Formats: sequence, C-alpha cells, structure tokens
Amino acid sequence: MLHLILFLVFGAFCVAGAVNLLVQSHPINSALSLIAVMVSLAVEYLLLGAEFVAAVQVIIYAGAIMVLFVFVIMLLNAGEEEKTRGSRVAIIFGVPSVLLGGALVAWVLLRRSGTAAVAVGALPGDPKSVSMLLFQNFLLPFEVTSVLVLIAIMGAVVLAARPEQAQPRKKA
Amino acid sequence: MVPLSYYLILSGILFACGVMGFLIKRNLITVFMSIELMLNGVNLSFVAFAAHWQALSGQIFVFFVMVVAAAEAAVGLAIIIAVYRNRETLNVDQVNLLKL
Repeated sequence: MLHLILFLVFGAFCVAGAVNLLVQSHPINSALSLIAVMVSLAVEYLLLGAEFVAAVQVIIYAGAIMVLFVFVIMLLNAGEEEKTRGSRVAIIFGVPSVLLGGALVAWVLLRRSGTAAVAVGALPGDPKSVSMLLFQNFLLPFEVTSVLVLIAIMGAVVLAARPEQAQPRKKA
Repeated sequence: MVPLSYYLILSGILFACGVMGFLIKRNLITVFMSIELMLNGVNLSFVAFAAHWQALSGQIFVFFVMVVAAAEAAVGLAIIIAVYRNRETLNVDQVNLLKL
C-alpha cells in the first residue's frame, strides 16, 4: 500500500514536470522541470528495486546531461520562444492526435495486461549483480559503447570548435 | 504491489509528452529536451518489464540507453551551437536549409 502511494505521488510529480516542460516558454524553465521529472523517475526506479539504475539516473541524467543543457542555454542566451504560424498548426493538430494515441495505449494496457503486478524488491538491482551481468554477458556491447563515447567526444569537439579565422593577408 | 500497467501508463504519458513537445515547441533546445523525455519514458518501461519478468538484462539495456543519450546530448548540443553560430537563431522554423 505504501509503495502504491509512493508510486502515485512521484508519478504525479513526473507528469506535472513533463506537462510543465510543454507549457513553459523559456527553455531554462523547461530544463529545470525536466530535472524534476528525472529525479522523480529515479525514485520510481528505486521502487522497482533498481538501485544501480536509480543512482545512474541521478548522476548521469539529472547531473551531467542536464548541466550540459543548462550550460548551452546560458551560453546561447536563449530567450522566450516566439510563436509562428507553423507552431499554431502544430498545436491544433499535434495535441489532439497525441492525446488520442495516449488514450488508446492506456486503454489497451488496462484491458490486456490484467492484474499483473510488480512485487517491490523482488529483483536484485544492486550494483554487484548488475555489474556481474554487465562485465560477463554484456562485455562486448560495453566495449563497443566506449568506442561510441570516444567518437561522440571527438564529434562534439569538432562541431563546437570555432571555425578558423581567415588569415590576414601578409603585406608584400 | 503496484500493477505493471500503472508503470507502463506512466511511461506512455512521459513518451506522449515528449512527442507533443517535439511537435509543438519551436525552440531547438526544448525540442531536444523533449527527445530526452521520450528516452526517459522508454527507460521506465524497460525497468518495469525487467522487474516483472525477473530479467536483470532489462536494467543493462537502460544503462546502454543512458550512454547513447549522453553521447547524443553531447553531439546534439554541439550541433545546436554550430547552428546558432551560423544563423543567430534557435527557432526551428527558421532553420530549414542545410546550407546558407
């Protein structure tokens, strides 16, 4: 019962943050509500017994990635977004279709999944058991991931680097 | 005991909010944040199914999704900086040409 209450409270936080992300027009407000969504999701992971994933969620997502976002928002001095004709068309057609799709998915899930329930803490998600699996069965994907990250670092440096200034002509 | 469908519906709501933000937001950075929101929704359903079927590999996949999201954020934000440097705008309606 306590778990259900915790789930509902932090699920409500999640949804409120996600809706706030859509409503706010200034990107920094959207970024802060996204951080709230991610921290509440970490609590949901803890309720599912996934301790390692919850810790990584806070450290990587709410920490590293969102700091990067906030940093870029401040670097580019991004202001309020201006409404254009295209955005009004997107709202008129986008919002109802997404609501319709979401309602359809929820209806199917509630109809078909029956009474399947997730027992709390039934699955050990502590760092030891996760790393046993990660470094034995998933060793090759893990190593490939390191190559991916290396490529991403190089790509970010190349893309964000200031283009070479045109050399001033030497006097003859 | 929380029903599995509750977790899946929460994950679906987050994904739908991400899709909606992707469609209606005009700021390049906010559009990018909506993509992160979609990835988070998918992660929640991964963890919920891992707990439901007692398969720890679901949590490993969440780890990989996070790594890809981090790489994507680094490269994507670098692209946004490069776009802003060339266009002086972050409005997606005005960024419709690959080359000026």
